[in-house]
Amino acid sequence: MTEPHSLSAESLTLAYGDRTIVEQLDLRVPPGRITAIVGANGCGKSTLLRALARLISPRSGQVVLDGKALHGRPTKEIARTLGLLPQAPIAPEGIVVADLVGRGRHPHQKMLARFTAHDYEVVAQSLDATGITEFADRSVDELSGGQRQRVWIAMALAQQTDILLLDEPTTFLDLAHQVEVLDLLTDLNRDRGTTIAMVLHDMNLAARYADHLFAMRDGRIVASGPPSEVMTSELIRDVFDLDALVVPDPVSGTPIVLPRGRHHILIPESEEPRVIHS
Amino acid sequence: MTITQTRTSLPDTAALRRPAAVRLAWLAGSLLVLCVLCVLSVAFGAREVTLGEITAGLGGDVRGVSEAAVQARIPRTVLAVLVGAALGLAGAGMQAVTRNPLADPGILGVSGGAALAVVIGIVFFGLADPTVYLVVAVIGAAVAAVFVYSVGSLGRGGATPLKLTLAGAAISAAFASLTSAFLLPRVDAMETFRFWQIGGVGGATWDRIAMVLPVLAVGAVTCLLCARGMNSLALGDEVAAGLGENVFRTRLIAAAGAVILCGAATAVAGPIAFVGLVIPHICRLLVGTDHRWLIPFCAVAGAGLLVAADIIGRVVARPEEIEVGIITAFIGAPVFIWIVRRQKVREL
Amino acid sequence: MSVQTVVAGARVRRRHRGTVLAVLGILIVVVFAVTLMVGKSFYGPAEVFRVILGETVPGASFTVGELRLPRATMAVLAGFAFGIAGVTFQTMLRNPLASPDIIGISSGASVAAVFGIIVLALDETAVSFLALGGALVTAAAIYLLSHRGGFAGTRLILIGIGVAAMLDSAVTYILSRAAAWDLQTAMQWLTGSLNGATWAGVLPLALASAVLVPLVLSQGRGLGMLRLGDDSAAVLGVNVPRTRVLLMVSAVALLAFATAACGPIAFVAFMAGPIASRIIGPGASPLLSAGLVGALLVLTADLAGQFAFDSRYPVGVITGALGAPYLVFLLIRINRSGGSI
Repeated sequence: MTEPHSLSAESLTLAYGDRTIVEQLDLRVPPGRITAIVGANGCGKSTLLRALARLISPRSGQVVLDGKALHGRPTKEIARTLGLLPQAPIAPEGIVVADLVGRGRHPHQKMLARFTAHDYEVVAQSLDATGITEFADRSVDELSGGQRQRVWIAMALAQQTDILLLDEPTTFLDLAHQVEVLDLLTDLNRDRGTTIAMVLHDMNLAARYADHLFAMRDGRIVASGPPSEVMTSELIRDVFDLDALVVPDPVSGTPIVLPRGRHHILIPESEEPRVIHS
Repeated sequence: MTITQTRTSLPDTAALRRPAAVRLAWLAGSLLVLCVLCVLSVAFGAREVTLGEITAGLGGDVRGVSEAAVQARIPRTVLAVLVGAALGLAGAGMQAVTRNPLADPGILGVSGGAALAVVIGIVFFGLADPTVYLVVAVIGAAVAAVFVYSVGSLGRGGATPLKLTLAGAAISAAFASLTSAFLLPRVDAMETFRFWQIGGVGGATWDRIAMVLPVLAVGAVTCLLCARGMNSLALGDEVAAGLGENVFRTRLIAAAGAVILCGAATAVAGPIAFVGLVIPHICRLLVGTDHRWLIPFCAVAGAGLLVAADIIGRVVARPEEIEVGIITAFIGAPVFIWIVRRQKVREL
Repeated sequence: MSVQTVVAGARVRRRHRGTVLAVLGILIVVVFAVTLMVGKSFYGPAEVFRVILGETVPGASFTVGELRLPRATMAVLAGFAFGIAGVTFQTMLRNPLASPDIIGISSGASVAAVFGIIVLALDETAVSFLALGGALVTAAAIYLLSHRGGFAGTRLILIGIGVAAMLDSAVTYILSRAAAWDLQTAMQWLTGSLNGATWAGVLPLALASAVLVPLVLSQGRGLGMLRLGDDSAAVLGVNVPRTRVLLMVSAVALLAFATAACGPIAFVAFMAGPIASRIIGPGASPLLSAGLVGALLVLTADLAGQFAFDSRYPVGVITGALGAPYLVFLLIRINRSGGSI
């Protein structure tokens, strides 16, 4: 089991040029839990995640890892604790799965060092954990979207970090693969205690899989807490400008958001059942 | 007035509503400038001449070297006018047919293909007759155009401007390489080599002009006839077809016109790049995107540009001269870069 | 067992890479030797060896020692430099068309070199440094011109092509002003030639390579990480800005010194990378293999140019004739596979 590492943002302001994306934001990623960040397009959730991963320098404020500011610490040291799966990762053409996963060992390897037996073991374990051992010698290009995403997760696993950040890991996948990936991440969290923080665009999946939810709008966090508390009609209206009914999902019991448009409405708003919090 | 005027989403609507008077003024003005440039072209050059020598040379008295030089400048100027007009027209045609603001006979490899075809003819088939050069050059230009277009349209999105330009640049580099390779062992290589590598109007003779004039005329008339069709093409294939335009036929004819012009120009002056790129852009700024005005204007402006470039080439490097192709590359490349940098590269 | 599979697979791939590198190395040695032996007069291996060892052998000492040896050495060094420079650019810009000889950096080095030789009449070392300056300025200009709130690969390539056109015409102009311009000099600076290679010309390139090549090779792993994307590389512990700058500057410098020595040998920088990647496999660092492929290309092309045809062609013409169709072929392949152009 890994000891929980704490990652938090303090008075974080992020800007591109003269456009401020995030202003004076405070956030604490709950250690050892699965956290999801949701919000409309352009609310700053990806920017926030990238700042947490130290890909962007804050205009002011700081990101703190284990009590010390991220800024100024050696890249490889951070890379051993904090992993990120970016939104559109690039796989070199024709690369073999085992090679790509092996890249994850980089932070643990010295300058010109070769792969050690331990490195290979970790790679093998990562392949096992993500269920892609059978693909080890196959080219990444040949795999399906869901399989490819598992390869990237395996690479992040090989990095052996205690915190894993994921920027929209399910956006380009079909539903079956989305569920596959999220189930895998849940396994990681349960079995290894990895702290997971991900930006998700699908709030229903976020509500189902996350232990903790941050809802963002215009660069601020408007709600923080377990999905059952946070996901309400009011919040959805506030964050997404969407009129919706929130009820317990019959499959998982977690809140599910049912949008209300102008057509196909069976139950008028006045008659909708009160939401039962589970 | 024209089909284009009813669409409010066109970028240049304001320019389109330019009164005919303004356009006429620009056209007349540019013709005037062209005449002035022609006079300058005869008066100034690699050799300093006095006014007396100029008048004598023009009058036909070629006893002195200076007078002879002046006399030689006349066909040179005429050739520059013809080739410049041809390239300007070809550029406008290519930009319309491919909806690509970066299209140019040089960039899209069409001039390079024409030059290579002639070189192959000279080196491997022993061709020596300039008329045959002309035919071969036009064939080469056509083959190159088809090749570049095919390569550029492979894959997603068809012949997008960027893919087409890349294909053109790559293939034109390929052609230039092969041209060097074939020319190198020729004993008389020096002048020939330079001529087919980078164009110039230095070797102008009345015979050559007479030979190429009819072909250029055919090409020019073809382009002019397609002017209205080019307006429709600018709206996109689907809209143009919806408006009753035979898209394929218009494209084919306009492309044929451009290819003929480019092939003939290359046959008689070597490969000159960037004129076809720069001229349509400048002209569009002045007279708008209606091709019925744009096409003639491009011809005049193209002629003016080439004459001016030739004057610069002769004056700046006295007593030597710089080929026109070098000057246009030097002026045109920054314009090319400027166009690429502009955000909306896809709009014409 | 999972570990077994992984280790076995990795070992197979590593062995494959080792074999390829070894084969390339052997081929280079063989062609090098042939270059020294073959010519108007043939010298056997024994004589050639003695000349290399420094002995004075009548006849051979001059032909082999002063003509062929420097020529072959320059071929290897230049080819190696071009190959490494090319593959570095292609990898970092994630596009095989972004080779420094296509996007104008070679032209920048050429203009500066030609200016130094013809206008300023400098010696080899000074010309090399001038070429370096020209290449760096050109690279910076292209980068600045194409960097507009983001980084569009295609825009960079197009702008590079425009810059190349402009600078090439400048080279042609300067050459035409040279008092003693003959076709041979022109070809040297337009497509690259090893004619007239001397030890004095080899020296700056050799010294520069001795410094820069180990530097670039040491960044090989970082380069491999950069192929995963800047974000992934940064997250995996690579100092992205520093690695990029180090690699770019070294690549430009190698290119500049090689260009100053023998002109911009057409398309070698462009071809070496893709060829190397194909033969060595996708997972490996292509740096060393690209360098070897480049060296082999130049050596072989020069040999062919001298003896395979009726007339003598400079090496640049041969590589140009090979590289041009290859460029078109690669373009077709990229377009067809719907690749990122």
